[in-house]
Amino acid sequence: MSIEILMPALSPTMEEGTLAKWNIKEGDSVESGDVIAEIETDKATMEVEAVEEGVVAKLLVAEGTEGVKVNAVIAILAEDGEDVSAAATAPAPAAEAPAAKAPAEPEPAPAAATPAIDERPAMMAANVASLSDPDVPAGTNMVETTVRDALRDAMAEEMRRDDTVFVLGEEVAEYQGAYKVTRELLQEFGPKRVVDTPITEHGFAGLGVGAAFNGLKPIVEFMTFNFAMQAIDHIINSAAKTLYMSGGQMGCPIVFRGPNSAASRVGAQHSQDFSAWYANVPGLKVIAPWDAADAKGLLKAAIRDPNPVVFLEHELVYGESFDVPEMDDYVLPIGKAKIRREGTDVTITAHSRMVGFALEAAEILAGEGISAEVIDLRTLRPLDTDTIVQSVMKTNRLVTAEEGWGRMGVGAEIAAVVTAEAFDYLDAPPARVHQEDVPLPYAGNLEKLSLPGTDDIVAAAKAVCYAE
Amino acid sequence: MATKRSSSKSTSKEQMLAYYREMLLMRRFEEKAGQLYGMGLIAGFCHLYIGQEAVVTGIQAALEEGDQVITGYRDHAHMLACGMDPNGVMAELTGREGGYSRGKGGSMHMFSREKNFYGGHGIVGAQVSIGTGLGFANWYKDNGKISVAYFGDGAANQGQVYESFNMAKLWDLPVIFVIENNQYAMGTAVKRASSETHLYKRGISFAIPGEEVDGMDVEAVRKAAEKAAKHARSGKGPYILEMKTYRYRGHSMSDPAKYRTRDEVDEMRTHHDPIDMVKAKIIDKGWSTEEDLKAIDKEVKAIVNASAEFAKESPEPDPSELYTDVLVEA
Repeated sequence: MSIEILMPALSPTMEEGTLAKWNIKEGDSVESGDVIAEIETDKATMEVEAVEEGVVAKLLVAEGTEGVKVNAVIAILAEDGEDVSAAATAPAPAAEAPAAKAPAEPEPAPAAATPAIDERPAMMAANVASLSDPDVPAGTNMVETTVRDALRDAMAEEMRRDDTVFVLGEEVAEYQGAYKVTRELLQEFGPKRVVDTPITEHGFAGLGVGAAFNGLKPIVEFMTFNFAMQAIDHIINSAAKTLYMSGGQMGCPIVFRGPNSAASRVGAQHSQDFSAWYANVPGLKVIAPWDAADAKGLLKAAIRDPNPVVFLEHELVYGESFDVPEMDDYVLPIGKAKIRREGTDVTITAHSRMVGFALEAAEILAGEGISAEVIDLRTLRPLDTDTIVQSVMKTNRLVTAEEGWGRMGVGAEIAAVVTAEAFDYLDAPPARVHQEDVPLPYAGNLEKLSLPGTDDIVAAAKAVCYAE
Repeated sequence: MATKRSSSKSTSKEQMLAYYREMLLMRRFEEKAGQLYGMGLIAGFCHLYIGQEAVVTGIQAALEEGDQVITGYRDHAHMLACGMDPNGVMAELTGREGGYSRGKGGSMHMFSREKNFYGGHGIVGAQVSIGTGLGFANWYKDNGKISVAYFGDGAANQGQVYESFNMAKLWDLPVIFVIENNQYAMGTAVKRASSETHLYKRGISFAIPGEEVDGMDVEAVRKAAEKAAKHARSGKGPYILEMKTYRYRGHSMSDPAKYRTRDEVDEMRTHHDPIDMVKAKIIDKGWSTEEDLKAIDKEVKAIVNASAEFAKESPEPDPSELYTDVLVEA
């Protein structure tokens, strides 16, 4: 059997090239690895190595020929022991080989893309519907708990339940947590399960991912999510994408948690809200709770989830106290929003600390005769669009509230979903409340001007209700 | 292949023949991959391992069943060395259903839980932190296993490598860091990018022992790897091996490699080729004849050709695969 040498593609985009030079002539013996020709592409001159061994029976394309199509037969080799002249004169199958062959094969790609559009609404709807909070039996004792302690309790309970759960981060052990969220975990679980790291966000995030691949369930604490920007490559490229890239083999059960968004007077680098960043990424779940019961129930769910979860806390609510049901195992569903206050005139969506402001705003609005429904998103990915859309169908008006920047933000996404799915129900264009489009300033007055609060939500709600 | 190690002193006839076969399989596999790339059947980025075969062959010979392996984007040979099926690897290169990631990963992103191969990582240096985490889990579980993180001389300049070195030694994690120094980070020679070109010394400030090894000599690699594995397995912490090696081909398929001379490449191929050296030793010792080795060549070629056929025949993934494996369904 003679061997055809084809014009190779030498870059992802090459379609044709110039056969600049032959380094072999008819009758030469070649071995795999020998440089047989030089080919010029639009970008460079490349050497072509032989893959098979044999004797050159015929060179079919002359040196200097331009526009030689990829996959055209350029030479014929006679295999060991084969009659060279016979090989040279019998290129019948070779002649019909050229260009079209390979491109023709992988063509059906565009067809594959079409079903995406059809299936999308179904997938979105599948987000929620069946999820609901666990029943808290009547008479259950409610314990006033800070968000900080609720988070600690969630970790402690899950660590008692599962030996593979451990906490990793800066100052989580001996210092008891920079914000005391990991208080007393070291005493109960010891230094192997509550691990103080060096100041090494990129490294310990990657280490956490490797530990998750290898059978553990790490809780990686970032002292704040501002520092997680050093580690975001591992959160996205390593944790979120590997399951997909491995065809489902490499699950990554890991929680990245810590305070997100503005603290108080710490300046631009320590005050960013990353909600929209992470919520943009398929392969992640993103949770941003407000009160202590949700903090506990959702962190427990996050630790048990087989996927990478970004758990966004808020430093300014760590010290706030809320009722937490005293139950053996209080776990909340990921992906389910909670209607914090029912209303009929306007829907206000919020997450994390903004929920408190939204509830204050609803109270003020009630005094002015406007009935606001407040939805605590709780989970940003997957987003509970059903609850939002159903609410807007009832109230016909939407205000979104978030602490982060508005451009390409959480509110922008919600407004787009509502516009697509409840367009005919809207009596006013949706309004967005968010941080001013500047890095967060240090000066007290400017910081206040930059961050959204209760008054902004009230004003937006009135605007969409066309009230004074 | 997770071959059990025997004596560290000399290499037996069987071992040598196994190394020969394994390295030849890698070489022929990569040549075939290059050919399929040229035919447009493999797309995107494709980084070939040709020339570096002794490194992964020697290291894997010192590992035990259950040890984990992780590497960067030049990963095809590592998968073969871990015992993964050439058909599945080649079909992933062509983006087909029969590939290890069902066509969704490609050349740089392949994995096998079954064979303890943890990728296949396209972000330069990421595998070093993740590989340290694999070792962390072994340490946590106290299971006697070690992890091997392979990376190149280019990745050796990434910050996270040193973050990982620090933690690995701080907690004495069972990890071997294998620096495959093939002299060029894409087109940049080591001396143009590294203030300290002896990369095995990069662990000194973390108190991690390191040594330089002739990465073209599979026996030297295996012996060094056994020493490193013993060190890591016995609780003494990480170990750095700098493998002096060479890639014959460009950085990727679209690299004309104009940053080095053809003479430099020819010198390595002619006088330091890892496969030729093993072959010469086998013949010299009278362990096999040219004829018998030819039979191995033939067998290897058949495996590779079969993998190429499989990779061409395997269908493209079903469109429904677009939506699978984004999340694990709880």
